[in-house]
This record gives sequence, C-alpha cells and structure tokens, in this order.
Amino acid sequence: MSEILVLVDHVEGAVRKTTAELLTIARRLGEPAAVFFGSEIDTAREALKHYGAERIYVLDSADLTDHLVAPKAEALAQLVETQQPAAVLISSNAEGKEIAGRLSIKTSSGLITDAVDVQAGDGGVTTTQSVFAGGYTVTSTVTKGTPIVTVKPNAVTPQPTEGAAAEEAVDVEISAAAKTARIVERRQRAATGRPELNEAAIVVSGGRGTGGDFDAVEAFADALGAAVGASRAAVDAGWYPHAYQVGQTGKTVSPQLYVAAGISGAIQHRAGMQTSKTIVAINKDAESPIFELVDFGVVGDLHRVLKSATEKALARRS
Amino acid sequence: MKIVVCVKYVPDAAAHRKFNADYTVDRVGVDGMLSELDEYAVEEALKIRDADESGEAQVAVLTMGPDIARAAILKSLQMGADSGVHIIDEAIHGSDSVATSLVLAEAVKRQGAEIVLCGMASTDGSMSVIPAMLAERLGMPQVTFASEVTVEGDTVRVRRDGDAATEIIEATTPLVLSVTDQANEPRYPSFKGIMAAKKKPVEELTLADLGIAEGDVGLEASWTRVEAYAERPPRSAGTIVTDEDGAGADQLVEFLAAQKFI
Repeated sequence: MSEILVLVDHVEGAVRKTTAELLTIARRLGEPAAVFFGSEIDTAREALKHYGAERIYVLDSADLTDHLVAPKAEALAQLVETQQPAAVLISSNAEGKEIAGRLSIKTSSGLITDAVDVQAGDGGVTTTQSVFAGGYTVTSTVTKGTPIVTVKPNAVTPQPTEGAAAEEAVDVEISAAAKTARIVERRQRAATGRPELNEAAIVVSGGRGTGGDFDAVEAFADALGAAVGASRAAVDAGWYPHAYQVGQTGKTVSPQLYVAAGISGAIQHRAGMQTSKTIVAINKDAESPIFELVDFGVVGDLHRVLKSATEKALARRS
Repeated sequence: MKIVVCVKYVPDAAAHRKFNADYTVDRVGVDGMLSELDEYAVEEALKIRDADESGEAQVAVLTMGPDIARAAILKSLQMGADSGVHIIDEAIHGSDSVATSLVLAEAVKRQGAEIVLCGMASTDGSMSVIPAMLAERLGMPQVTFASEVTVEGDTVRVRRDGDAATEIIEATTPLVLSVTDQANEPRYPSFKGIMAAKKKPVEELTLADLGIAEGDVGLEASWTRVEAYAERPPRSAGTIVTDEDGAGADQLVEFLAAQKFI
C-alpha cells in the first residue's frame, strides 16, 4: 500500500490534535507516514504511534526551523521525490498552506486547501471544501502529480490505533535560496489553560455587545470547557487579542457548539463559524442577523444571561 | 524602489456569490470589488513608498482577470498607487492558484520589483497560497502574514503572529511580502485621489506579452478539478426566546443540557 505523508504539526514536540486527525484520514487513503521537523521527536513519538503512524521520517535540522516556510517545502519535496507517496496531508493553518503551495509548484502537483473531508477517490483523493463563507460545499479531485491537501481542524474525530512507527532519520540538503527569510525571534504564545480555538469542541465568543468586558464570556467558556473567541469588532476595539479572532481574517472554527455573545453576525464573522454543528446566540437586538443562523437564541443582556447560565451550568455539573 | 502590489477583483461577499456552469466563480454576474484584504497591501505599499527617502519609490498595482477586474486597479490608484498593470486574456479564465502565480510571477519579472506586496488572502478563494507561490517562482525570500512591517534600507522586518507563536522575520529585498488586516488602516480615496486616478497609466498585457503559452493557464491546465458543488441548505429556523425575569438563562441551560453540552 502506498504511503500517505502527514506533516506533523507540533509545538516543541507536543503533537497537535490536527495531526491525529490527519493520521486518521491518512489511514483511509493508504499507509500513514508522519514527517517530523525538529529535534523533539522523543516527545512526539508516542502520539504519532498511537494514532497509527506506520513510519516516522525525522528531519532534524536548524535550517528547517530557523527560516520561514521555504526550507520545509524543500525538505518535503525531497521526501515526495524519494518516497513517491500517494498523497501529502498538511494542517490547514497559515504555515501549512504556504508549505503546501510551494510544494505544489516544486513537485508539479495539484493542491487543495481547507478540505473539510478527504476520501479515497479518482487520482488518489476526493476532497470536500466549504466555500463562500460556508454557503457552498465543493467536491474536487487532483488531476496531476501527488495530491497535496491541507485539511481543516475537526474534519474527522481522531481514531487511535497503534502503528508500527518505524523511525527513519532523513538527511536533507537545504539550499541557500531557501534560507533567505530568517526567523530572528520566536515568542511562544502564553498558555491560557483553555483548549485551542480552532481545535475546541465548544467555542464561546464575545463581540461588540460585551462592551469590552469579557468576564462573563470567559466564565461561561470555562464552565463548558470551551475555547474563547472574539469578533473582529471586539478585536479592533482592543478588547481581545487578535489571536482569538473568529472570522474571515482570523480563525475559522467548526466546533460542535458555537456560542456567539453580543455578536451581530456580519458576513466577516459568519465566514469563520457558519459550519459549526450547533449555534447559539445571545444578543440584545432581536433583529441581529446572527439569529438567522442559530439553533437556539436568547434575546437579552449577555452579561446577565451568561452569568446566570454559568452558575446553573456549574450547579448541574457538581 | 519599485513596489508591485498584486490585487484581486472579487465578488462582493455580501452579495449572493455563484458559480458558472463550468464551476468557476462568477465574477461578472455578481457585484464585485477590490478584495478587502488587498486594501491592506495597497496601504502598506503607499506607506513604504512615502517613507522612502529617495522620493523615487513607485507603487504599481497588478491584477489579472476579465475587463471588469480593472475596477480593482482603479480603486488602488484612487488610494494613491502610481500605475496599474492589467493582464487580460480570455485564456486566463478558470486559472487555479498554480496558473495564477505563474502569470503574476511573469508580470512581476517584466516590471521588476524590490518588494512584491500581497494581501493575506483573497476574500473569495481565500487559499492564502499566492504569496508563497510567487516567492517560490521568483526565487525571492518570503515574508508573509505580516502584522507589522518595518523597512530599513534593503532590510524588511516583520512580525508574524502564528497559531502558537509570534515570530520576527527578517529578509533582504527583493522579496515577497504579505500583510494581514492588523498591519495598518487602509485609507479611503480622497476626492483628489479619485480625480487623479483617472489620469494614471494602466497598461494592458496579454499572455503573449508575458511569454506564457495559453495551454499553461486556464481551466484545462488546472491540476485539480471540481467535480460538483452544492449550495448549503439554509439552517433551519431555531428557537428564539426573549430573556424575561432571568428565564433566558434557564432555557439556554436546558437547551445545552438536552444537547449533552452540559
């Protein structure tokens, strides 16, 4: 069976949930082979094995981590050349998509980004994408080269299965041309103790209606074990960091439950959350377009409703 | 210094966006505009130009697409760009990101540029891959998703806010730079800018002018194929309650508990 290369997304060896999802998808298409960039494979090994990686290619070179995107694309292209995989799966984040874009050109291979589903099909894969702010679903195939697909978080529920995890250190030659954009400083984002926004099963977001006070939003999120998000209006007002923005120019989330508090539901925001399974909104304005999307809506003051709902949710838990 | 900004004419996200019979995006039958995210690229180019001490820096905007796509150039000129290049050729119709990056790269080579500027994504396809592909094709450093840009001489330094970390990236021109909507606040065209834009030069180029074979672009040359599309059914109307005497929170918690979220 052909290999499916899965580029491991990790933070200092901590494998992200999206990689477990990619390995799960890879099993539908062939034999999952993880590609690990960096020096922390000892931290990552168990998780990769646990989600079914039959092989792990380890590429440990400062060239890969000290420069932006280009060296990773070059290394991956070399692996595609030597291993001839049936497909390459990469997480759909900014860096993942950029690596995929360069890899597509280097290997003359068709590229599909932001897939929400990937199945075996003609030419190796059939993908499903959600486009135009979730207004349409599009199915596509790759007609040239090795299919390169970037996959959005929550496309699939990770299924554990032990893989052989046969490890192979790979030497890569990175050209001088790929080392021209230098990462001169890297600051890890401080942990919030909450789930990652784009991986969370539940997201609670606040918007203009919070008036800048996110306490009720955060408390309700914590009661549900949810991630916290913010609308562009709230971010632009300086009330919440941009890293938590949900929408076209922020993160696209697709959780089981999305709670929009004080968010009107402009197209910019809807583009980032419209594919959520269940949508709940709390807004003072009964005419807000967000109510067109909801499974359940409360017209009322978000601070009052959330504060009371938080108490009730916590009481039910205990 | 020459700055080339790659911009895209896109269907208005607030309009009802559609596909053509060949599964390409309908750009003609729907109201369109300069992609909102490209305004940040134009603004950044203008800022870099205006801060350039030589006073000789120039901003050219580059687009490809049907006749109507000229509106994206015009808006950029109204904001303050100096000139435009419009690649217009029927064979371009249906081009994917690979073909688009080929056309743009050849046009950039023809223009010559110290800085090639792009937005972080288009508001229609929103793949975010064109800047990386351009860097690949042009053999230039890639400094992308910049939320803050500093230019000193031929060194460009940016802040890139990633998923897990914030990185400071540095590279030397010529390079490809893309900016997010955090990088700046795009200006509105002034009346003077709107009047001046009418006199600014816009060059029209064909694929032949760029030395690109028709067979290398367009729908037929695409390395992927759309097999089908379906409009997402509208979400069925949900339950909406009005919070009176604190009952809203009770009903909300009941709903969430029934759905097993609590």
